[in-house]
Amino acid sequence: MSNEIEAIKDPGLPAHVHRRADTDPKAAKKAERQVAILFLLSAAGTVLLIASYLFIPQDVFIFFPILGSTNAHQLFLGLGMAASLFFIGMGAIHWAKTLMPDEEVIIQRHEFRSPDEDRAEFVKAAKDGAEAAGLGRRSLIRRTLGLSLGLAGLSPLILLGDLGPLPDEEQKMTSWKKGTRLVTDPGDRPIRPEDLEVGAVAQTLPAIAAGEHRKLSDIAKDAVLLIRLRPEEFNLDAERLSWTHEGIIAFSKICSHMGCAVALYEQQTKHLLCPCHQSTFDVTRAAKVIFGPSARPLPQLAITVDSEGYLVAQNPFNEPVGPSFWGRSA
Amino acid sequence: MTARERIAGSVANYVDERTGAAKWMKKNLTKVFPDHWSFLLGEIALYSFVILLLSGTYLTFWFDPSQREVIYDGSYAPLQGIEMSAAYASALDISFEVRGGLLMRQIHHWSALIFMAAIVVHLMRVYFTGAFRKPREFNWIIGVGLLTLGIVEGFLGYSLPDDLLSGTGIRIAEAIIQALPVVGSYLSFFAFGGAFPGEAFIPRIYTVHVLLLPGAFLALITVHLMLVWYQKHTQYPGPGRTEKNVVGYPLLPVYMAKAGGFFFIVFGVTAFLGAVASINPIWLYGPYTPAQVSAGSQPDWYMGWLDGLVRMAPPLESYIFGYTISWNILIPGLIVPGILFTGMALYPFIESWITGDKREHHLLDRPRNAPNRTALGVMSLTFMLVALINGGNDIIAVTFDLSINQIMWFSRIAIFVLPPIAFVITKRLCLSLQRADRELVLHGRETGRLVMMPHGEFVEVHEPISPEKAWILTQHEQMPALALEEHDASGVRRPKALKNKLRARMSKAHAVSIPKATAEDLKQIENH
Amino acid sequence: MENNLKRLSRFRRHRAVAPLLLVLALLSIGTTFSVAGAATSTPITAAERSALIEEGKEIFLKGCSSCHGLNLEGSAIAPALLGVGAASVDFQVATGRMPVADMSQQIARKDPVYDEREVEAPGPEIPGEEHLNYERDGSLAEGGELFRTNCAMCHNFAGQGGALTRGKYAPTVMGVTSRHIYEAMVTGPQSMPVFSDKTITPEEKLSIIKWIKAAEVEPQLGGAALGRVGPVTEGLLVWTLGLGLLIGVAVWLAMKAR
Repeated sequence: MSNEIEAIKDPGLPAHVHRRADTDPKAAKKAERQVAILFLLSAAGTVLLIASYLFIPQDVFIFFPILGSTNAHQLFLGLGMAASLFFIGMGAIHWAKTLMPDEEVIIQRHEFRSPDEDRAEFVKAAKDGAEAAGLGRRSLIRRTLGLSLGLAGLSPLILLGDLGPLPDEEQKMTSWKKGTRLVTDPGDRPIRPEDLEVGAVAQTLPAIAAGEHRKLSDIAKDAVLLIRLRPEEFNLDAERLSWTHEGIIAFSKICSHMGCAVALYEQQTKHLLCPCHQSTFDVTRAAKVIFGPSARPLPQLAITVDSEGYLVAQNPFNEPVGPSFWGRSA
Repeated sequence: MTARERIAGSVANYVDERTGAAKWMKKNLTKVFPDHWSFLLGEIALYSFVILLLSGTYLTFWFDPSQREVIYDGSYAPLQGIEMSAAYASALDISFEVRGGLLMRQIHHWSALIFMAAIVVHLMRVYFTGAFRKPREFNWIIGVGLLTLGIVEGFLGYSLPDDLLSGTGIRIAEAIIQALPVVGSYLSFFAFGGAFPGEAFIPRIYTVHVLLLPGAFLALITVHLMLVWYQKHTQYPGPGRTEKNVVGYPLLPVYMAKAGGFFFIVFGVTAFLGAVASINPIWLYGPYTPAQVSAGSQPDWYMGWLDGLVRMAPPLESYIFGYTISWNILIPGLIVPGILFTGMALYPFIESWITGDKREHHLLDRPRNAPNRTALGVMSLTFMLVALINGGNDIIAVTFDLSINQIMWFSRIAIFVLPPIAFVITKRLCLSLQRADRELVLHGRETGRLVMMPHGEFVEVHEPISPEKAWILTQHEQMPALALEEHDASGVRRPKALKNKLRARMSKAHAVSIPKATAEDLKQIENH
Repeated sequence: MENNLKRLSRFRRHRAVAPLLLVLALLSIGTTFSVAGAATSTPITAAERSALIEEGKEIFLKGCSSCHGLNLEGSAIAPALLGVGAASVDFQVATGRMPVADMSQQIARKDPVYDEREVEAPGPEIPGEEHLNYERDGSLAEGGELFRTNCAMCHNFAGQGGALTRGKYAPTVMGVTSRHIYEAMVTGPQSMPVFSDKTITPEEKLSIIKWIKAAEVEPQLGGAALGRVGPVTEGLLVWTLGLGLLIGVAVWLAMKAR
């Protein structure tokens, strides 16, 4: 500590400066009137709130600059509520600032540390109590207590067991089977290759039987994007090429990164962009990732045409669709 | 005695005979609170919490947290006949059929955004003034806990209406859960009651959002406030203010009026936003289905930095023995935030380890007088800001005609390069300000008036500053760096020598400061 | 007489005079030009078709062939126009995208250079278009579903537009003529893919247009829309107006009263 160097001294609390309302009764009255006006403004706000709620129909729209054509009921209800609350606050604060005493009060802090005798007494009480319980000596009690409490603590976890089924092979499979038709989403119409022009995309789902209803959990795995290019634009190996049909290629629409729908197709660059984290996939190279955080390409669905000329899946997906998980082998 | 006084007296007597309330009421009614606008930031958060409870309760009277599929037949024409979850349909009914429903929905959501913003600015105030030092370390940890819970609660809250935007957010959250090694798939199936999206998630997060987390908040906020109450609030340094006193105004009437009034202000401003600004227009998003997504999908602002980190992550995945580890999700989604928040929670202990300071502190630091701490804080904020901006990179690209690819690369580099630069600049700035303070004390304020001396020299007249100002500029303590010996008296190398060496070095860097002006220095100048 | 002059000249040196005169001058020049330049569109009869084709050829040679080639064969900087179809031509020229003013990453919509009649000239009428009742046919709710499934991922949930890669963007669909929306879906301009009539039927396309038009005129149901781009602008508002107001009141609260 450097006590040889003399520090600059604390001059102490400065002298109190009185406000106008402290000394001048007219200023005090003026402040009182100002507070009253603020409270009255709040009352007016409440009246506006009640009137709007009861009397303004919900389908009236009025024009305000910046807001545009806005719902009158909602606007005036809200402004009434805002005014009703805001001006109570302004009134109370203005009252405190101008009229309530503003002389600063000093209180002393006390040390938190308990006095030594209290501490000693606490230690003694704790020690005596522990001794009396006998946990230290009676190891059999201690150990079986630990066992029973620990097991009892497990039971809530066990009781929550039916929160969900255990993940199984279902997690890795979609509804696409050999011969499943691709149908439009929405609309459920089957698609022929000639329905698509070069440069066209189509949102598709697997066909379902009449009367059946798709669950969102199915859509979350089954959604497929169809894109038509010119066959010579593909840069694929022979196997993947055989999964296309006349320049039409199909990919899972569920992003391999974190599962958003990937359908943002740039016709000129032949890239697919996922809007969530900007993973970019090259359609000509089987949705290879060329930018962004996704680590895997989109799974490709092998397609062909059936006897009636509609596009169908050749096989199920050769890998799980969607985001990665621990049990997913490369 | 007037009639009013007599009635009040008998009520007080009734209560006191049963509880002994007069004793602690007397103590607490006269409790003193220091007055500074920056002490109101935490209050904004507190009052927003109350507003959330009130508006949220209102919403629960109409909201149906069920994912059961219904056909919409309400008054909003563009969605009539569309299949959607009951949760989404009930949120639409609140918006269009219930009078005041849309207003309350908007107040609730705006209040949540303000709640989180207030927590962040309050945290910044507490951090930069060193209010987290002993005896308030535990309160700091509670605060970091409140911040974390707030992020979760907000995410669950805006996911409840089950619209396209928030459903996309849930999809991403599920991918993070699923990516956890070993247990990921199990946890995901447990949370969602099966495969995503299932029908169990919305009802379950409803319970968490309206019961479990608010309960946790109530408990934590109560402890947080009780600690402030009991330990007494810190105060800014100034004339008459010491480590051993509190200078301020009593609870009754001044503080009650001002703080109570401020509650109405916060509520009023939130209601104003709810009235004039649209937030989360769920009817435009449409109901959630996994086959749809909107361009420019972002989470609420307080999760924007997480989104930004995930976007800029390199596409790393490892495959070992037939198992997949998604580093591209785990690092930005869990590991980096985990490190950041743990470091933030432990900071009071880290700083006291570096400085070796074990004393109580009730006087706040002016940020410039703790250059290392301030620089570290600005560095962390820069990191968060780069991440946050990257989270909106597609909106920024469309608005300013830029390329998302370029913004992404900029962010990937900036997140490593900008924080250290910010650290250095901030530290230099603090030291400059300290130098300026020293100049001000020793030489006074530059008045701008020039005077010609008899021998022809021009000098600027300096006005000495007031003793109050001089005190504020020099009252701070400048602790020397820790001197940790590597060898003891006999020359034997101490255990923990490496740890001590690191500690000594950090302590030295932490203690870098411009020596403050002293009375000695002033005397020397006067004698010139 | 002198009093009147004096009254006038009193305001001559008023400091508002200069900006006011400037505004007045700009307004009058602007109005004159827009009034004078407004072209009236006249209906085209079949008899004038051959003359129209000649005119179209003139326009093409003058304004398009330098990039697209004298025989529509294209060049290094412009695609071939053989067989593009009337819809494509109408879309590109009538929205002002062609002729290109700014050869940057993406060609933006701007004020059209050719008027409606001149647009029709370079190509034949769009077959079947006379049967399309824009904004009358189509189902609003179905249009919304179709828009969210096929369009929102590029153009955003409210049709405000969105980012593509490398500085390209999907423009806003608000304020676009119904016919041009239809043509864009059919022809797939620039980065936009083609939406075939079999995968999205003409009826469905009309539904989409109906929904877009309804969204365009939909009043603000909850207040200022903040751009309809989602949480980014909402967060900005909180950190500027929200916290700004609250901290402003806080500062006032703690200030000593006079």
